[in-house]
Amino acid sequence: MGEVIVITSGKGGVGKTTTTANLGAGLASLGNKVCLIDADIGLRNLDVVMGLENRIVYDLVDVTSGNCTFRKALIKDKRFENLFLLPAAQTKDKTAVNPDQMRVLTEEIKNEFDYVIVDCPAGIEQGFRNAIAGANQAIVVTTPEVSAVRDADRIIGLLEKEDLREPKLVVNRMRYQMVKHGDMMSIDDIIDILAVDLLGVVPEDEQVVVSTNRGDMVVMDNTSKSGQAYRNIVRRIKGEDVPMMNLDDESGFFKKLRQIIGLK
Amino acid sequence: MLELINRLLGRENHSSKTVAKERLRLVLVHDRAGVSPELLQTLKIELIQVISNYMEIDEHALEVSLDSSENQVALVASIPVKNMKRSVQTETA
Ligand SMILES: Nc1ncnc2c1ncn2[C@@H]1O[C@H](COP(=O)(O)OP(=O)(O)OP(=O)(O)O)[C@@H](O)[C@H]1O
Ligand SMILES: [Mg+2]
Repeated sequence: MGEVIVITSGKGGVGKTTTTANLGAGLASLGNKVCLIDADIGLRNLDVVMGLENRIVYDLVDVTSGNCTFRKALIKDKRFENLFLLPAAQTKDKTAVNPDQMRVLTEEIKNEFDYVIVDCPAGIEQGFRNAIAGANQAIVVTTPEVSAVRDADRIIGLLEKEDLREPKLVVNRMRYQMVKHGDMMSIDDIIDILAVDLLGVVPEDEQVVVSTNRGDMVVMDNTSKSGQAYRNIVRRIKGEDVPMMNLDDESGFFKKLRQIIGLK
Repeated sequence: MLELINRLLGRENHSSKTVAKERLRLVLVHDRAGVSPELLQTLKIELIQVISNYMEIDEHALEVSLDSSENQVALVASIPVKNMKRSVQTETA
């Protein structure tokens, strides 16, 4: 029986959908059978991020309302034959599904998959409650900004109330040059404040946008740092102890200067 | 210029990240304590009423917030005083 992992954040636009697609593809590339559920009803996105938008026939609401079986609604990925997507409905709203229905659905799906990953909508309303209903693990995505970390804190509190204890944190869009200049909170600052386990750090990377433009996942790009970061996260989910990668690409000059003057 | 040098040398005391971290810490003290903005608002109004009996204060510069250190949460109020009153005026007088 598989794991049901919800990807959530509170604040919108921090990278939940990108993370869902990349972890899905990464886990599938290691041979796991993976089902992704887009729980963002009304604002369907995961399908376009994965380049599967033209394959949709049925959606999540068709399944929960009994129109068709979940097997019939699943879309097969183009790249991995063991990766599937259950798309969100685009014309309904979040009240078209309730948490009980989601619990039943994920219960059924996880019997046939190693991983079920649920892409949660932004906010703390019913869409959030739907997305977390059947989950037994949670990954909280944030960016290194005051508002995003504050919302992550709120979400962590709500998850714990729902018995989703020990959520794991992914810090996305990290810009190391800014951290170095003291203009962005560091990973240590964020972990210090949120007091949760760090699952991984994904750097700000244009390649994420380039891949998404094409409907590809950056985790399959062997040359990009963000791809490497997602591959590391996947291995950590599998229980491997992978050290945080060194994204410090400081050019030699100032580093040397600092050493010469004796500052660090 | 000095700031530029500091930046180049990687000093970060007054950097925006320090400000961000401190603001975040304070916001979370409020969030986690579950204090509603209305509660603080009411508290401010009543504080003003009480203190005005004893001194003249600048109501518009009044700041009330929670802070935390170690395992304690403290109520911190900054109340600029304009003038002390010579005698105590009580309500009943
Ligand atoms: N590491 C990154 N580097 C650069 N761009 C990124 C990165 N991560 C995400 N993005 C971009 O940020 C935007 C928002 O990402 P995404 O849609 O995954 O966020 P979301 O949390 O799912 O948003 P919503 O709350 O609206 O569902 C996208 O355009 C995406 O390409
Ligand atoms: Mg999304």
